[in-house]
Amino acid sequence: MAIDLTSRILQDPKYQELKAKRSSFGWWLALSMMIVYYGFILLVAFNKPFLATRLGEGVTTIGMPLGLGVIVFTIVITGIYVRRANSEFDALTEQIAKGALK
Amino acid sequence: MSGLSNGRCNGLSNGLSSGLANLMRQLLTLAALFGVSAAVLAAGADLGQAQKQATNWTAISMFAAFVVGTLFITKWAAARTKSAADFYTAGGGITGFQNGLAIAGDYMSAASFLGISAAVMVGGFDGLIYSIGFLVGWPVVTFLLAERLRNLGKFTFADVAAFRFEQTPVRVFAASGTLVVVAFYLIAQMVGAGQLIKLLFGLEYWIAVVIVGALMMVYVLFGGMTATTWVQIIKACLLLAGATFMAFMVLWNFGFSPEAMFAKAVEVKTGIATAAGKTAEEAGKQGFSIMGPGGFIKDPISAISFGMALMFGTAGLPHILMRFFTVPNAKEARKSVFWATTWIGYFYVLTFIIGFGAISFVLTNPQFLDAKGGLLGGGNMAAVHLANAVGGNVFLGFISAVAFATILAVVAGLTLSGASAVSHDLYATVVKKGRADSAAELKVSRVTTMVLGLVAVVLGIVFEKQNIAFMVSLAFAIAASANFPVLLMSVLWKDCTTRGAVIGGFLGLISSVLLTVVSPAVWEVTLGNAKGSALFPYQSPALFSMTIGFVGIWLFSILDNSRRAGLDRAGFLAQQVRSETGIGAAGASGH
Repeated sequence: MAIDLTSRILQDPKYQELKAKRSSFGWWLALSMMIVYYGFILLVAFNKPFLATRLGEGVTTIGMPLGLGVIVFTIVITGIYVRRANSEFDALTEQIAKGALK
Repeated sequence: MSGLSNGRCNGLSNGLSSGLANLMRQLLTLAALFGVSAAVLAAGADLGQAQKQATNWTAISMFAAFVVGTLFITKWAAARTKSAADFYTAGGGITGFQNGLAIAGDYMSAASFLGISAAVMVGGFDGLIYSIGFLVGWPVVTFLLAERLRNLGKFTFADVAAFRFEQTPVRVFAASGTLVVVAFYLIAQMVGAGQLIKLLFGLEYWIAVVIVGALMMVYVLFGGMTATTWVQIIKACLLLAGATFMAFMVLWNFGFSPEAMFAKAVEVKTGIATAAGKTAEEAGKQGFSIMGPGGFIKDPISAISFGMALMFGTAGLPHILMRFFTVPNAKEARKSVFWATTWIGYFYVLTFIIGFGAISFVLTNPQFLDAKGGLLGGGNMAAVHLANAVGGNVFLGFISAVAFATILAVVAGLTLSGASAVSHDLYATVVKKGRADSAAELKVSRVTTMVLGLVAVVLGIVFEKQNIAFMVSLAFAIAASANFPVLLMSVLWKDCTTRGAVIGGFLGLISSVLLTVVSPAVWEVTLGNAKGSALFPYQSPALFSMTIGFVGIWLFSILDNSRRAGLDRAGFLAQQVRSETGIGAAGASGH
């Protein structure tokens, strides 16, 4: 990439906005995924009896909905990111490209 | 055919010699399978009950249909595979949805289908912990890597890792990381193929492994990424459809009540424990143990370490990373991870139900058990037997054919990524300094494909007895400790230098391999050393080897004051602009 193109994009406030927004959004989501997953793993490691607690009269334990919940959470959080990135972030990127390549 | 019952060989020489000794009998068996005489098969086959023969026919014809169909696709793809770009990335013309299915296909390997459903059948909740670990890496890939990969790379993840660095050392590292991960993953796939076909087609283990190796070479050699992707998409659809049907039938049997399904499974497990001579109280406790975490995760360090291997290993698997270059832009790259995550998550829910279904319908049916109460054909056959139980012989044939197709497709993808590491990273960039022409590069990839195919066959025979799902987790630990740290630091950290990336990356690679070798799974089980003699007590090296990798990159980067380091740091802003915006990125080569 040509040096002047890089510096032109770097000076574009929209580029700084895109970078800041996307990176903080991405890290927050990544952090929440890690909290959910490692929280689950720590429960497995330190509190096995809690996960094996029966929910009601039957044999279903609290671990089952929690485990399936982690799977659903993973899919939903990916969807949230992709949705915002494909609309808001891509629109910003397009404006930056227009500004830089004109 | 004695080879069926005791054909599990301890080593390569053993496997080959017993294989050769049985060759004549094998040929006779083949003749029997293809309709010469059922009597030949019956003459000593301990699996060959009457109804097994019928099953064989269905499975073989369905698998044959799949092979014929995919060979037509390969022929079509071959006509479009002219340049190196076509070979590596299908010309960049795959859509996000298609690529999502293909990624899911790469991930839903036979090792995970058979291995996880078997793990659920044995350990219940433990199997769920295992499958969750495989899923949670995907959001991390999405948030931190997917679009950056697409914006920076062309054919391999080394294009991204080496973007602003000195090419030769980083490429050598990336190719090493790729080949080691591919080797471990391939072993798991080949072992799965051998076990499966041994049971279903009545062929001996090594013959099955050779068939997989040969067919895979045809796909990759002639059809490149286009054929590999479409084989993967078709297989993903078949596998999802088959697994959906199985899970539906299991739930239908319990009136769609998970509680009823769990209750029956606990009852069956309690019954088995009672039959083994446990007191009523002990048996009840053992039966209920499948509803909570058990012995799979032994200690907190193993738990965290194993979780890290699965989570970050996903972001370092070369055959998965390669798929981000088959889509035209960052938007499609994001869509593909979303679809991949959705399908994979759905698939793991299905395998969980299938595993519990296997407890109720397979462990209670003597038809599927051997004299000691174990599963016919080995521990990983839970899903295969369940297919027979819920769908009869025709469906068993279908699932067997799909499972075999799965192995073929995944092996093809792995081989392609190994071949591209050798031809694109080593040959074209390191040896030819970027001046190789497309035709020469293609030729090198094809030769490499053949070499890798042979290596895969040999390794598949050597590692016959390993638990196949566990082998995959070894590959993940290495990917998490070598490829992922280098990729992440080169993309996100301004002060990362060539020297830091290469030394840190190799430290991560070497430490994860060494710790794996001296861990109980390899040191004691595979190498046959005394129990308790393993130097590294934990299940997964990732916690330690990832730390070594990241600290190595950091330390050797900040200590690096060479001229090259200055260039590396100066290149960061331009790299960042391109990784964030995609301006200047390699587009679809188009057709």
